[in-house]
Amino acid sequence: MVYIIALLSVIFLGLAALVVSRMAAVVKNVNGPVDEERIGLSNRINGALFLIFLVFGLVGVVWSFAHASNYFLPEASSPHGRRTDFLFWLSMGIITVAFFITNALLFVFSFRYQYRPGRKASYYPENHKLELIWTVIPAIVMALLVFTGWRAWRDIMSEAPADAQVVELVGKQFNWIARYPGVDDNKLGAYNYKLIDNNNDTGIDFSDPASFDDFTSTTELHIPVNKPVLLKIRARDVLHSVFIPHMRVKMDAVPGMPTRFWFIADKTTDQMRNELGNQDFGYEIACTEVCGRGHFSMRIRLIVEDEESWKKWCAEQKPLLTSYPEYASRIPENLKAKAAKYLPAVETATPSDSTTASTQQGGGVSVATTSLR
Amino acid sequence: MATVAQNTATLAHVEEHEHHEPHSFWRKYIFSEDHKTIAKQYLISGIFWSVVGISLSVMFRLQLGFPDMKLSFLRPILGSWIDETGKLDPDFYLALVTMHGTIMVFFVLTAGLSGTFSNFLIPLQVGARDMASGFLNMLSYWFFFLASVVMFVSLFFETGPAAGGWVVYPPLSALPQAHKGSEAGMTYWLVSMALFIVSQLLGGINYITTVINLRTRGMSFSKLPLTVWAFFLTAVLGLISFPVLLSAALLLIFDRSFGTSFYLSEIFIGGEALPNVGGSPILFQHLFWFLGHPEVYIVLLPALGMTSEIIATNARKPIFGYRAMIASMMGIAFLAFIVWAHHMFVTGMNPFLGSIFMFLTLIIAVPSAVKAFNYITTLWRGNIRFTPAMLFSIGLVSFFISGGLTGLILGNSALDIQLHDTYFVVAHFHLVMGAASAFGLLAGVYHWFPKMFGRMMNDKLGYIHFWLTFIGIYLVFFPMHYIGIAGFPRRYYAFTSYDFTKHIFSDMNSFISVAAIFTFAAQWIFVWNFVYSIFKGRKAPQNPWKSNTLEWTAPINPGHGNWPGEIPAVYRWPYDYSKPGAKDDFIPQNVPYSQTPESNLPHENELIPLEKEIEAQNLNDQFKQPH
Repeated sequence: MVYIIALLSVIFLGLAALVVSRMAAVVKNVNGPVDEERIGLSNRINGALFLIFLVFGLVGVVWSFAHASNYFLPEASSPHGRRTDFLFWLSMGIITVAFFITNALLFVFSFRYQYRPGRKASYYPENHKLELIWTVIPAIVMALLVFTGWRAWRDIMSEAPADAQVVELVGKQFNWIARYPGVDDNKLGAYNYKLIDNNNDTGIDFSDPASFDDFTSTTELHIPVNKPVLLKIRARDVLHSVFIPHMRVKMDAVPGMPTRFWFIADKTTDQMRNELGNQDFGYEIACTEVCGRGHFSMRIRLIVEDEESWKKWCAEQKPLLTSYPEYASRIPENLKAKAAKYLPAVETATPSDSTTASTQQGGGVSVATTSLR
Repeated sequence: MATVAQNTATLAHVEEHEHHEPHSFWRKYIFSEDHKTIAKQYLISGIFWSVVGISLSVMFRLQLGFPDMKLSFLRPILGSWIDETGKLDPDFYLALVTMHGTIMVFFVLTAGLSGTFSNFLIPLQVGARDMASGFLNMLSYWFFFLASVVMFVSLFFETGPAAGGWVVYPPLSALPQAHKGSEAGMTYWLVSMALFIVSQLLGGINYITTVINLRTRGMSFSKLPLTVWAFFLTAVLGLISFPVLLSAALLLIFDRSFGTSFYLSEIFIGGEALPNVGGSPILFQHLFWFLGHPEVYIVLLPALGMTSEIIATNARKPIFGYRAMIASMMGIAFLAFIVWAHHMFVTGMNPFLGSIFMFLTLIIAVPSAVKAFNYITTLWRGNIRFTPAMLFSIGLVSFFISGGLTGLILGNSALDIQLHDTYFVVAHFHLVMGAASAFGLLAGVYHWFPKMFGRMMNDKLGYIHFWLTFIGIYLVFFPMHYIGIAGFPRRYYAFTSYDFTKHIFSDMNSFISVAAIFTFAAQWIFVWNFVYSIFKGRKAPQNPWKSNTLEWTAPINPGHGNWPGEIPAVYRWPYDYSKPGAKDDFIPQNVPYSQTPESNLPHENELIPLEKEIEAQNLNDQFKQPH
């Protein structure tokens, strides 16, 4: 409502200026020469409007900034995020000063040096000292910003620590799939996009023993708190981009070219809930590279928990191989024994009859899927 | 004596010229080779496209500002893109965003701005009869026209126009099964852009050749108006970078239609794994932004050039730091080619490359800062007349500063991680390149309208148009920074899917939409003023703004060849405003120093003996060529 009123007042201001200038023109026409008058009054009005614009603009900027600042940069939950936030506000401070000074000079000069009959402008074509000053000062400020920014960038983009927990995030139209390395070997198995099908939606290659205990999730990504997490990012179909606003994480997902981003989440979901006083709070992952019709709703929840409960949660998840034992047929003979642990006991005996196997295993969902197949 | 004889000869020749080439209507107004007519064709096409382009933005602003609004009233235009419940189709939302970007960047601010004013002003300001090749110039416009037709037709396809964003990143744009907007619409987009690039290259070659070869007697590069410098550098930028976009587009056409894998690798889509391996989507991004970034300056430099001219004229002061202005434009033009990857910090590009591009990007802020300070200093102790053109120029400087400053944040790769592809970016480039260039275009129209049509536009309407637009644009784009800092991603159909965007800023978005509609509405004042003044405007005097440049020495309605008789010679730089001692507050470029002893600076007196030499030169007057 406030906005609409502000807008209306602006319109009326414009209209008022119009009426005033028209009226003045009529009045002036009676006694002044037309040509001189044209430069005279309209010029003064325009000059004054620049000053008015400056004043209202400043008020508007400050007010709207204060009004909107509640929602700026949602609370950062990663150390590198707080570092870039600091740099952001530092740069913001510098450019705000420059913004106010230069715009003020522009409008004040416009007002102050407006046309006056009989006055002559100064012939002031150059001043090398001035030019030098405003080349060097921005250059120094820029160098400062670049240097601090570069150091932050270098640290953020450095190789992930060796003990980083690896999780894979795969983008597709229109959701994210998280793949975990599994509780037994904690290693992501190989993948191949040609192996993708309805159940194996990340294209896990079961000829790699590391993949036997891998499990996936399309609704939640769980990560441990205070531990480096290395996101291995890829895309199945078109470009996507992983965006975790609260972690200050963003990295494109590119088909055919895996990317990565490592970070430390140092506040669990529960801690954030308490800190924000919002029990519904949840971390989220969004997509920021246009990927088609559903681009705006590629949400997956991110749950940060302490390592204990994270491990517990992982242990509860079923490896993909367990959910869909029919993939056992892809396992090379020499590794069958190693995979047996993830397959229902009967499975190894009658690998061809997967329907029976699934039923015995008792997974309702997989029964439905397998019998459909 | 010889000169006089020559003069009469030329005059006779000119008359002969005009006699033996009576142009039919078609040759005069449609397939014209005259740079002034071609400029007007570009201008009117540009105005048409800007109406289309801004209308598209108003449609998607309705969706963003009022997500619950019933848009059924748009069904007569959009047909089945509005569903039964009155909702806009998400695919078409992306098409709107894409076409808005494409149209505004290429068809309005490249063709409409550079096409209009490079064509119109280069020959008139360097003192040439016409462009180096009138025929190529005509071809340039008609290629653009063809590109326009193809692009316009694509708007009406059943599957919609291209919809992968104006950057058309593959694989989305390469795979018709990925997106409705990647079907026929995308094919037409690529064909249209290929034609458009041909048009730009033909135009660019012409601008460069004309500036280098057809300057009049005495018009050395150090006496060129800054407008011409800007057009010249713009044309060089375009000539180097547009071919790269053409190659990017060609490879994309190959990937789409001939089964190649330049940009495609390891893709599983629509239930099947595609055979393509080995390509890289990142390759396209490099090629695209190798044009895409210089394109920003292709759009902006002409606006800055015209602004320099307009500000100096109306402040009645020489532009401050003429040489620094040229140097900074050259610096910007050079750096424009080596900063492209700052659009790609988070694409998975090697972070080391990111560091390099961050350094290079922030260097470009220095010449930009110099330009801004020079504009402000030009106003200092001036005697400013607020013509509509001057108002728009001051507005441009304000946008250039406000939008440029946030570039310092986005150019910093560490900060770009969070802000990349959010509304902060949208706010940044709309101010610094969109609004600033649009203001350059409008300033140019107001300033050179008398030369184009021999009539004046209405000042008062110009003032109102300026204030409503200036305020409106700030109201639209300033709040977008806030939304961006809150993390709102761009190209989102709705903000309802995420907790971090769900319940905040919906009033801000409505406000932005209202402001956008308001600003769009204000543009009709301009359109009306423009059309009305062409036919009914007050007759223009010879030199309405008391300006120094050569175009104002040509007749009010310059005919074929621009100047009857001899082309004026040039003796001084274009910014002798308010020179101490001079009786008037301006001295046009064609006034020799020998006629102004009262105001000459010491070193200028030394130039007086050279005037004879200048007059004796006979540079490239096409009317004097034997044919």
